[in-house]
Amino acid sequence: MTDTPIIRFQNVSKRYGDLTVLDHFDFEVMSGEKVTLIGPSGSGKSTVLRILMTLEPVQEGVVELDGLSYRQPGRHGPFHASARHLHQIRSRVGMVFQNFNLFPHMSVLRNITEAPVAVLGLSKADARARAHELLEMVGLADKAQAFPAQLSGGQKQRVAIARALAMRPRVLLFDEPTSALDPELVGEVQEVIRRLAHEHDLTMLLVTHEMRFAREISDRVCFFDQGRIVEQGPPGEIMINPAQPRTRAFLGAYLPETSTG
Amino acid sequence: MSGTLLLPPLLTGAQVTVELTLTSTVLGAMLAFSAGMARGAGPWPLRLFAATYIEIFRGTSLLVQLFWLYYALPLIGPRIDPFVTGIIALSLNIGAYGAEVVRGALLAVPRAQHEAAVALNFTARQTLWRIILPQALPEMMPPLGNLAVQNLKDTSLVSMITIADLTFRAQTLRNLTLNSIPVYSLTLLLYFAMALVLMAGMRGLERWVRIKGQGDMARA
Ligand SMILES: Nc1ncnc2c1ncn2[C@@H]1O[C@H](COP(=O)(O)OP(=O)(O)OP(=O)(O)O)[C@@H](O)[C@H]1O
Ligand SMILES: [Mg+2]
Repeated sequence: MTDTPIIRFQNVSKRYGDLTVLDHFDFEVMSGEKVTLIGPSGSGKSTVLRILMTLEPVQEGVVELDGLSYRQPGRHGPFHASARHLHQIRSRVGMVFQNFNLFPHMSVLRNITEAPVAVLGLSKADARARAHELLEMVGLADKAQAFPAQLSGGQKQRVAIARALAMRPRVLLFDEPTSALDPELVGEVQEVIRRLAHEHDLTMLLVTHEMRFAREISDRVCFFDQGRIVEQGPPGEIMINPAQPRTRAFLGAYLPETSTG
Repeated sequence: MSGTLLLPPLLTGAQVTVELTLTSTVLGAMLAFSAGMARGAGPWPLRLFAATYIEIFRGTSLLVQLFWLYYALPLIGPRIDPFVTGIIALSLNIGAYGAEVVRGALLAVPRAQHEAAVALNFTARQTLWRIILPQALPEMMPPLGNLAVQNLKDTSLVSMITIADLTFRAQTLRNLTLNSIPVYSLTLLLYFAMALVLMAGMRGLERWVRIKGQGDMARA
């Protein structure tokens, strides 16, 4: 982890019609930092990730990733930025979705090689070699030729992680990566993410309801409520001894030990 | 027997019907893809242009379109050969209906697929051709097959602008022989036989699209 912020939200407001999801929101993530967002449903956690992935524009404020602003003055479209500029931002950030979002018409291997070949211009041979390494890493070396429909949820999510990593992002976003999984499959996906968390260079921003897991992998946990960060800090502090009553109430439902400790 | 006498002229007409059907279905399919993709995924001027074309041809009768091209157009513009007129009207018509099928199938691909494409930094064009269209294509084949059969049946209307298709021949024969039952029964059978062949062909095409998709995957 370094002292330069790679992600910066400054005074950001995000609205859906009349609903204000983020209200003058400030947030920074350091390069290489592993940050977890926790908080009640509807508090805006996914919105933060979706803004960073350029899936949602903001109405006000500054969003920056690796020094690149999400808005360029005078440009058109919801992002006020050119397609080229958005392309540059997206080349630095990847996302793992709750529902995997694999391409059903492509084999596992093709899911992982398609973007490196088409977007990064890798040769097919290089892309395949890299894909096989990644599949090895997520424990699915034997599934290269399978199709998404033939995989379990846990396997699909591991492919999705490999697919995102194949683009060599500097920032990887995880939106509740294990929420759609049967309980017995959660562990295998967490194990892969846990190993990634030891990667020094990769900045990770993760939304989860798995408190124990958040504690294990995060440098910092942010408790979100109603579009604001109510409380944040190292997981040991936030999760064992939260200062804010709202955090305590929220965690109480998840971690029995916080209410007693 | 009258059947053996009736059959040769009817078959000559059926050949014209086949030519009309095949040509206008192929041209119509090209139009359907262009207009459907323009309306479903194009920039707004193209979208508007495609929408105007689609709605005009879906909203007016094929017979009147034929009459307009055949009788009205020559008064203000070129006179076109009846066969070509028939092809143009049929193609534009099936193209308009087909475009809605294509557009619907494109729009039915879940938003999550578009978002995954953004997250992997595909351009809009790459997303359309590599992610969306391959998933939409198998979905649009059955309704496009129905439209092709519909088109075969619609070709009978071109007999109204003097094209000697199967229906035209049937009418001529009936007027000549006054033998309505064998003439029209045989005509129905011929249309039905052509429809069966066409449906089998479309099902083959449908299977090919699916297998081709799988082949793409295997080649990765
Ligand atoms: N496209 C949208 N249109 C309108 N409202 C939306 C849209 N997306 C999200 N919202 C609303 O914005 C608010 C924040 O949503 P968000 O998905 O960020 O919450 P979250 O913290 O991720 O919740 P959860 O834990 O349920 O995933 C919610 O009230 C949600 O209903
Ligand atoms: Mg969410």
